Amino acid sequence: MSYSDLSKSINELIESHGIPKREVYLDNENSGLIIPEVLKAIEDAYKWDGKGHPSITHLMGWISYQSLYKATESIASILNCNPEEIVYTHSGTEANNLAIMGSAINSMRRKILISSIEHLSVIFSAERLERYGFKVMKIPVDKEGFIDLEFLSKHIDKETFMVSVAAVNHEIGTIQDIKAIADIVKGKDKDILIHTDACDALGRIPLDMKKLGIDLASFSSHKVYGPKGVGALYVREGIKLESIIHGQLSTQKLWPGVENVPGIVGFSRAVEFMHKNLRENVLKMMELRDRLINNILERVNHTLLNGPFGDKRAPDNVNISFLYCEGEALTVELSLNGIYVSSGSACTSRVLEPSHVLLAIGRRYEEAHGSLLMKVTPFHTVSDIDYVLEILPKVVKRIRFMSPIKPSEG
Amino acid sequence: MSSRVPLTYGKKVLELFRNPKNLGKIEDANASALAGSLACGDMIAIYLKVDELNEKIIDAKFESYGCAANIAAASILTEMVKGKGLKDAWRISWRDISDELGGLPSVKYHCGILAVGALRRAIRAYYANKHSEWLPKDLTQEERHALEEEKLMEVLAKRVQRSLSNE
Repeated sequence: MSYSDLSKSINELIESHGIPKREVYLDNENSGLIIPEVLKAIEDAYKWDGKGHPSITHLMGWISYQSLYKATESIASILNCNPEEIVYTHSGTEANNLAIMGSAINSMRRKILISSIEHLSVIFSAERLERYGFKVMKIPVDKEGFIDLEFLSKHIDKETFMVSVAAVNHEIGTIQDIKAIADIVKGKDKDILIHTDACDALGRIPLDMKKLGIDLASFSSHKVYGPKGVGALYVREGIKLESIIHGQLSTQKLWPGVENVPGIVGFSRAVEFMHKNLRENVLKMMELRDRLINNILERVNHTLLNGPFGDKRAPDNVNISFLYCEGEALTVELSLNGIYVSSGSACTSRVLEPSHVLLAIGRRYEEAHGSLLMKVTPFHTVSDIDYVLEILPKVVKRIRFMSPIKPSEG
Repeated sequence: MSSRVPLTYGKKVLELFRNPKNLGKIEDANASALAGSLACGDMIAIYLKVDELNEKIIDAKFESYGCAANIAAASILTEMVKGKGLKDAWRISWRDISDELGGLPSVKYHCGILAVGALRRAIRAYYANKHSEWLPKDLTQEERHALEEEKLMEVLAKRVQRSLSNE
């Protein structure tokens, strides 16, 4: 299919789909809404204080630098670190690449430990190092996604330059004990770097860089309902990273290029918004999450929750396998009903295999194919969740009806 | 989740997904077959009612476990074979299915291949105890593809089980 055929086909597809009467957007894993006041702040920044280049010596440059610095101070105070310790990137993926590649280049050691359920930007960065003689070891997880601390303790050695484990898993919401991981690793060898992909942790759990005892942490703006295209890496003072992209002008050496000042302003506003009422937001998300999880498990047969129940689960994460259903069919049928979610099915992936996270926690292929990932936000209402609960059982019923293999009790 | 592609298929796929034609079983089918598996994430069952006198397909139905393109491919194939002789039905290729659906994106070609694989298995099942002059002895590419997909999944599933029990 050529590019022009593709755009024609997309147009027809959208027209044929139509705009549903009621919509509930739950695909916040992949991207989603932006907080309205954040959008307004970005618009203002583009018009005024974010339009200049923050490294240039004239009034608009200075004003732009001032905006950038204010935004960074605000984020740093929330994370309990120094503004100098924040490096901006253009996504969480870039931040993960910088953390891993940037420290590998600088290290004499040749081994990295990552968990088996990391985001692919961590896994692929680590695996790329294998081509240059590095060893990658994957820490196994239990059936709820918690990493095996004994395995970690046993396998760190003098060759290890980094341990990278996400604070909150992006697919199944498992909240790892990063402090315990840091204590184990640093207790053995304080020169081993601890990196955490905190993209799904920010705004969901309190994050204090000093207390956690980590060296590097990645963040992503759109995961806190800020703009897309902005990420950040916390780099603890004294940690030496090497830039992995090269250029000229920037206020920061590690990520040369014009800072996306309006985007960064938006990111800082979104972080502020989420932390101003962190507890309230978290409680609201948990209520919606549990309403969704408990009712689905109760009302729909042959379902499995992926990841832990309760307090060790991210407050926004709902990941459920619907057996005898293929996930992509579910996402399309839900879309026709105005409900937008994603799936760990192989059909939604470029590779033949379904979600590596679900396989790592011991789910069988067919269980992974039938999984749906939904993320609630503090902006959803009980009525949104109830609409999903009204539609979802019907959707599952129809998809199961079409299959040659059906559950025994219908 | 990680790498995904948008559903770039034509509107015909969405229409057939919404209102599939010929969905269900044929109770008195005289040929039927299954291709794919739950583990693959793709499975198509084809049921045929064949007029034994002239070897024409009078009725065809399907069931499908898989994505929207998979369901649409199976549905359109049952439309295409109705009224055809078995020999003509055998000649339908996955490209014909793709064309009928307004062009499948490359990642969905295998949906068409699996549908053809299931149909050809059903036709072979029809001839299981009968003589045919034209039926190829060796498996065709589409049938091999279905077989390979099923086998690959067995291997992958075993590999996952192994790696879980090792650690």
